[in-house]
Amino acid sequence: MKRGQANPVESLNKLGKDIVKQLDELKNPDVILPVRTLSNIYFDDKSKIIQLGDKISHRTYLNVAHTRKFMQTLLVAAECKKIIEQNVTTSIRDLYYAVKHTIPGTQENTVEEQSESDPVLEDLEAALNTLREQLHLQADRKGHVAGPIVVNDVGDDIDATRMGSSGWAIPSNVEPETVKFKSCSADYVLVIEKDAVWQRLNEDKFWRKQNCLILTSKGQPARGARRLINRLHTELKLPIYVLTDGDVWGYYIYSVIKQGSINLSFLSDRLGMPEAKFIGLTTQDVKKFGIPGNVTIKLNQGDVKRANEMLNYVWFKPKEWQQEINHMLKVGYKLELEALSAKGIKFISESYLPQKIGEKDFLP
Amino acid sequence: MAEVVAAKEPVNVTKTAQQMGEEQREISISQFFEKNRHLLGYDNKAKALLTIIREGVDNALDACEEARILPDISVKLEEVDKEKFKIVIKDNGPGIVKKQIPNIFGKLLYGSKFHRLKQQRGQQGIGVSGAALYAQLTTGEPLEIVTSTGDGKLHRYKQKIDVKHNQPVILEDSAEDTEKWHGVRLTFVAEGVYREGKQSVLEYLKQVAVANPYANIAFDSPSGKTEFKRGADHLPKEPKEIQPHLMGVEVGIMSRMLHDTKARTMATFFTAEFSRIGTLTANEICKKASIDPKISPRKISDQQVVEIVKVVKEMKLIRPPTDCLSPLGEKLIESGLKKEFSPEWVASISRPPEVYRGFPFQVEVGIAYGGGITEPRLLRFANRVPLLYQQGDCAITKGATEIDWKRYGIESDKFPTGPVVVFLHLASVWVPFTSESKEAIANYPVIIKEIKLGIQECARKLSLYLSGMRRAQRQAERLAIFERYAPETAKALEELTGTSAKKIIDQIKKIVTEKGSEIEEEENEGDETGPGEPGGEPE
Repeated sequence: MKRGQANPVESLNKLGKDIVKQLDELKNPDVILPVRTLSNIYFDDKSKIIQLGDKISHRTYLNVAHTRKFMQTLLVAAECKKIIEQNVTTSIRDLYYAVKHTIPGTQENTVEEQSESDPVLEDLEAALNTLREQLHLQADRKGHVAGPIVVNDVGDDIDATRMGSSGWAIPSNVEPETVKFKSCSADYVLVIEKDAVWQRLNEDKFWRKQNCLILTSKGQPARGARRLINRLHTELKLPIYVLTDGDVWGYYIYSVIKQGSINLSFLSDRLGMPEAKFIGLTTQDVKKFGIPGNVTIKLNQGDVKRANEMLNYVWFKPKEWQQEINHMLKVGYKLELEALSAKGIKFISESYLPQKIGEKDFLP
Repeated sequence: MAEVVAAKEPVNVTKTAQQMGEEQREISISQFFEKNRHLLGYDNKAKALLTIIREGVDNALDACEEARILPDISVKLEEVDKEKFKIVIKDNGPGIVKKQIPNIFGKLLYGSKFHRLKQQRGQQGIGVSGAALYAQLTTGEPLEIVTSTGDGKLHRYKQKIDVKHNQPVILEDSAEDTEKWHGVRLTFVAEGVYREGKQSVLEYLKQVAVANPYANIAFDSPSGKTEFKRGADHLPKEPKEIQPHLMGVEVGIMSRMLHDTKARTMATFFTAEFSRIGTLTANEICKKASIDPKISPRKISDQQVVEIVKVVKEMKLIRPPTDCLSPLGEKLIESGLKKEFSPEWVASISRPPEVYRGFPFQVEVGIAYGGGITEPRLLRFANRVPLLYQQGDCAITKGATEIDWKRYGIESDKFPTGPVVVFLHLASVWVPFTSESKEAIANYPVIIKEIKLGIQECARKLSLYLSGMRRAQRQAERLAIFERYAPETAKALEELTGTSAKKIIDQIKKIVTEKGSEIEEEENEGDETGPGEPGGEPE
């Protein structure tokens, strides 16, 4: 079924009514949730994205490991219903504070940290076949864009070539109802993990020289950025090139942009971008571009462990990736994007990127 | 260094061997203990009171049990002067025939018990006359004995001990008519100090009450009256007397037996004088020791005695019979622990009889937990007598502290640290005490092994009980969790459905009551986050 087709208020009401019915029948109240872990996702060869499997788990009231979460699930559900009915939009941080209070007669809070309410919300999205945006909630914003595109963001036209040094901040909700593409003349989109490198390229007006959009995810991309990348490709047919640090964490950011994440696998078809290509950095670039050895960083234990895990993920199975990860393990180093500055401050915008893109020297 | 210098000084040789020979003479056993009273348990004034009472009470219990009478014992302690006590011990036993009175109480090593192999408290006939000797030494007062065998005659004796000759000195010997009473009443006047605590008369009597729950014990002490009430109305089965077992007989005893026997041949000597020796075995012993089975036991040389004892040690002999033992039995152990400690839980075990050095013995263990118990205790008993001193040297302590208590879910530091009472009884025809004061059991490996097996068996039972209790506690905790989250859950459901929260809470309470205990913990939702996502999912 396509995501986000159910009426959220109806879904929330049904969730409540089902539990009340179970209580009336003296059954152990039970919320059925899709399992959102590595054990229940698969890489769909046809669509090339990570998909959620059909394993389910039961969150039941009469199970001491679940009782608290069961209560939190209903608290978040009730709060979402209230927000929708009041027709306001709030952040997930607001939601956290809205459901947080001390349980009468105890020293215990309904939720202690936002890290408790966030997964419960994701559970609800998955269980009710709805989207956070439909529940009138927005994630924290993260990410900026610059380049030859004009969008309409809740009624305001924004020209991303005229946004100064910080670019257009990507809103948390970039669904077509909110953000409309008015015009775009770019040839491709360059997604950059690091904001500092994005600022360098923006200062150099790299987007003008290369006629592209530059977009920074500032680390792991937020939903808004991922959804925007997805729309730029599907609606405007722009190629997506990704530039990250040359380490396992950078590679994984690329992988999340390309085929989705384990945690939000139920949204992969809206957030994933299977046609994305990886520019770099790779450890193999060191030799190719004559990057001095003293700017590489020795792999630590965590890097090695993670690299070995990634070698086993189906979506890192293409031989180019196996080759790169194994090469990294062999040479025992990684490198940051900023390491390119060792070759001169403009090396990245004037040599590295033009050559990589010109020769289509990508990893799949 | 000082000693070395002293040795170099000239030796003073003024005494001749003849003079020295004139100084050498026999000493009596009474004289010996006059100087070595600590060997009998009179090392200090507090312990002395306890030892006197212990000797009196042990004798009273032995006598009652032998006559199959449920013991009724009273003990009275009265401070007549500073650190001078009048001690009265009275029983309802069979009494003592007139003729025997002077010797029983006025001669050390006189008694009926040393010569027989039977499970009893007393063993060598020192105890009560030793007490009289101590009293005499410290206050000069005689021992008063009042007794009747139930024949209507009451005998009253006052006597001392002639220490030099180990003989009674009778100061008073009177008789009067009495009602149908039988029993013995002893009155000692001795130096002492009265204390209460772990090694006190009170504690001793309490432990006597635990191991002899069929006895009623009244105690009138300087700090008030206490009664340890009878908690069982039957005596343990009567122990039988047995003949010695070859395995435990040493050269000296063997020589004496060979001299005293009425048997005419060596073959009949073995079959008649020892437990469980048949003609076949007797002949085999003779053959192995190269002795003619038909010769008279009187003709056996010292050399041959040594040989016999040696070959016997290497033979596989049938074990001694065990009906000479009188274990308390699990019921009596438990009733004793229950009445004196009011524990929450109790278990006991009587191990099957075993043998050390030819002497049968049996280990019994009881464990009591919780309830009225406030601190961990190890109660040691030998033939139902509490052992209060020298805990560290005792085989029982060794066995109890070598147990890995933690394996049984019992918090411990060598010994349990929680509210646990361990009762340990060794019954034997001959308890191997480490000294005459009968305070600790010698560390024979087979005895320690039995002690450990018995404790382990009881500890397993306790471990089951404790895990059941922990389960119940977990269950209660689970129900509390279900109750705790009900109001919040109900409020949220009310907002979602419009059904009143009050009604939902009632309904949740209902399912918790009906089903809350059913569902045991197959609980765990599986890894909620799972492996994968480095740095987590941004939001």
